[in-house]
Amino acid sequence: MALLEVDKISMFFGGLAALSNISYGVEKGEILALIGPNGAGKTTLFNVVNGFYKPSRGEVRFNGRRISGLKPHQICALGVARTFQVVKPLQRMSVLDNVIASAFLRAKTKAGAERRAMAILEFTGLTEDKDVLSKGLPLGKRKRLEIARALATEPELILLDESFAGLNPAELDVSIEIIKEIKKKGITIMIIEHHMKVIMSISDRIVVLNYGQKIAEGSPVEISANPLVVEAYLGEAEGA
Amino acid sequence: MKRFIPLIVLALLAVLPFLGLSSYVMHLFILVVMWSVSGMAWNLLGGYCGQVSFGHAAFFGLGAYCAGLVSFHLGLSPWWGFLVSVPFVAVTALIMGLIVLRLRGPYFVLATLALGEIMRITAENLTTLTQGNLGIMIQRTWVEKTAYYYIILALAALTFAAIKVLAESRWGYYFVAIREDQDAAESLGINTTLYKTIALAVSAVFTGFSGAFYMNYMGYIDPQVVFSLGDISILTIMVVMVGGVATYWGPIVGAVIMVLLAEVIRSLPYIGTAYQTLFGVLLIVIIIYLPNGLVGDREKLARLFGKKGAAA
Repeated sequence: MALLEVDKISMFFGGLAALSNISYGVEKGEILALIGPNGAGKTTLFNVVNGFYKPSRGEVRFNGRRISGLKPHQICALGVARTFQVVKPLQRMSVLDNVIASAFLRAKTKAGAERRAMAILEFTGLTEDKDVLSKGLPLGKRKRLEIARALATEPELILLDESFAGLNPAELDVSIEIIKEIKKKGITIMIIEHHMKVIMSISDRIVVLNYGQKIAEGSPVEISANPLVVEAYLGEAEGA
Repeated sequence: MKRFIPLIVLALLAVLPFLGLSSYVMHLFILVVMWSVSGMAWNLLGGYCGQVSFGHAAFFGLGAYCAGLVSFHLGLSPWWGFLVSVPFVAVTALIMGLIVLRLRGPYFVLATLALGEIMRITAENLTTLTQGNLGIMIQRTWVEKTAYYYIILALAALTFAAIKVLAESRWGYYFVAIREDQDAAESLGINTTLYKTIALAVSAVFTGFSGAFYMNYMGYIDPQVVFSLGDISILTIMVVMVGGVATYWGPIVGAVIMVLLAEVIRSLPYIGTAYQTLFGVLLIVIIIYLPNGLVGDREKLARLFGKKGAAA
């Protein structure tokens, strides 16, 4: 049994099918990348898994337990954390307080939450910025703060929504290292990413969406050789 | 050192009645402290949790009526109103929360405003219970002001301490997280509905205490006074906005300024009756130039006055 099972998920907005009949599994310990052109339904799928949307059809199971229909905070408490594509730092809170607010989910005391938060800031390379108000952080660090906050909830599965978008090459390397370290800790990762070099280097398996449908699933090598994918996505990217 | 500032302020305020101040000055101090309590209570919901309520008169008035009615109908001491108000105010807040806390932004604001008005209209028309616009008159316990002063001072100290403890706890972090981004808070495992309800209930109960004190102190209330949109709900917001949103001292500084300003403006010839207009202008100026209030923007103020001093 996969850690996360997406089972025949469909999501309609009015007459528009944002997702139709999507099924796949995320195995424990792997990095699964979700790719596809803009508007393919990747973030919608995250919103379904994370509980912001209730799917129109199908269900999502985590550790064998149905989670679709639960609220986001309940799903987070069960061990699924996420980051946002458009970063949502708690702006008028310091970087440390941002992470403490998340760490309280598992910590009994404030001292415990603070200790945990400090360790995570160290892990994500944000220790120096701990007293900065998060609205003052540059984008690269905000993206890392999103990851830090998600990690503070001690997830089994972490959903990363374009954590690499807009980063410069140096920041990119830092973030790739962090993702690899997260994997080493045994945390399962599902990641949405446009950056092909990153995807091909870190992911174990890839699921490709196009117009709300799953068009391919497989290893990076298989995916890059798949003509459907090349046509829908990679071809487009190479041509651009 | 900084930790002791609240205790020092409290000690200074506690010796005030020994200075032989006039009854009128004591009255002003009592009002200032009472408005501090209302402001601190509103600040918990509006400042920390970011849910701006325009209907806190509902809780203030309910607290006041609890005190008035236990005396008027049951012949008990109106001081029992403090105890009686807790379940009434808390239940009202929970029901109100069920309706309004699912709304966000301006919709939440308008819903709270409407609920404050509903309470006023209900009190005006439920004449068998409230005597409507005739109001409720009770026998005041003391003629002298000192006892009232100490009671409201104790209540203010309790409110200050409670909010400080709350704001620095897990709940405080959750409240601010909700204020900053409700979706992010929810996806970080915070039950936003639950914690907004807690903030509302605690805020309401302390506002109710302030109202219960008002009944005891003034001896007379009617729906137009204690459920007033302008004189209670909006004045409470102004106390916090002027002093400083989401700061410990903001509501206290704001209460001093608003009470004194109201007294001064009302005593002026011709423009005295237009004091609410002037409050409105003041609020606009504060929002534009000191959006975090006098306490929140104190560094900005210091720079401003520092420059002036250098120029002179």
